[in-house]
Amino acid sequence: MNNPAIQYLPIGLMFIVALGFVGTTMILTHWLGPKRKTKIKLDAFECGIEAQGNARLPFNIKYFLVAILFVLFDVEVIFMYPWAVNFKELGVAGFVEMILFIGFLLIGFFYLLKKGALKWEE
Amino acid sequence: METVSNHISLAEKPDGYEGTGFFATSLDKVVGLARKNSIWPLPFATSCCGIEFMATMGAHYDLARFGSERLSFSPRQADLLMVMGTIAKKMGPVLKQVYEQMAEPRWVLSVGACASSGGIFDTYSVLQGIDRIIPVDVYVPGCPPRPEQIIDGVMKIQHLVENESLRRRDSAEYKAMLNKYGIE
Repeated sequence: MNNPAIQYLPIGLMFIVALGFVGTTMILTHWLGPKRKTKIKLDAFECGIEAQGNARLPFNIKYFLVAILFVLFDVEVIFMYPWAVNFKELGVAGFVEMILFIGFLLIGFFYLLKKGALKWEE
Repeated sequence: METVSNHISLAEKPDGYEGTGFFATSLDKVVGLARKNSIWPLPFATSCCGIEFMATMGAHYDLARFGSERLSFSPRQADLLMVMGTIAKKMGPVLKQVYEQMAEPRWVLSVGACASSGGIFDTYSVLQGIDRIIPVDVYVPGCPPRPEQIIDGVMKIQHLVENESLRRRDSAEYKAMLNKYGIE
């Protein structure tokens, strides 16, 4: 028992039991549970209306670009909350720092405007 | 009902064999008890009965007391289809597909005169009762019914849920009944 590797045995056993429990219950419930599968039941649910076409269509890459830009500027606003809460304590220095921060982001914003990232008609 | 405080009551335990530290009963009863008190409704509200249903779900009548506060707007997780309002013939196939996409066991509550029989809309365009296209378990009369009546209907559904045999949905009678509606 002095071998340190053996002392980890209970942890290993716990992992095996945990994984085994999850695996067994998932397999058992899928196997034991009564189910009736029909074509209509397995169809996509479109509020009771027959599904048209396939949802897996190629999307314009601009959707992703706009989504990423949204996240970027969204996170920027999140940074402003703690700053606004501590506005008085941070004083003029904090204000100038925030102006700089927003300034950098604005430069980025003008860059992507010039790059035409938000132009849809092309 | 065993009282915990003035406002909370526990469900009665089913009949069974009891001793020190154990309680044995049939699986049917335990499953029935659990299902009865956790019915997830799918509101299919098309007209004024739906407004009464909103009152039923609201704080005053509070359907959550019966374990039904979790509405399911997808049929996949719903146990109880609550049809509230006039079902026009064009809406019929939609209602039927929603019912068919619900997982078993599933129950149907027909709320109000229109859903149950077409009500005052005895015309070419309105389905004269949803039981023409899907099987209905409980009918709630009224035009529209008061929330108390809807709750009474849900309690009748609870009674059915509690006493339903676990094998009912596999029985030949049940399948024959569904086949009558053209449901597989």
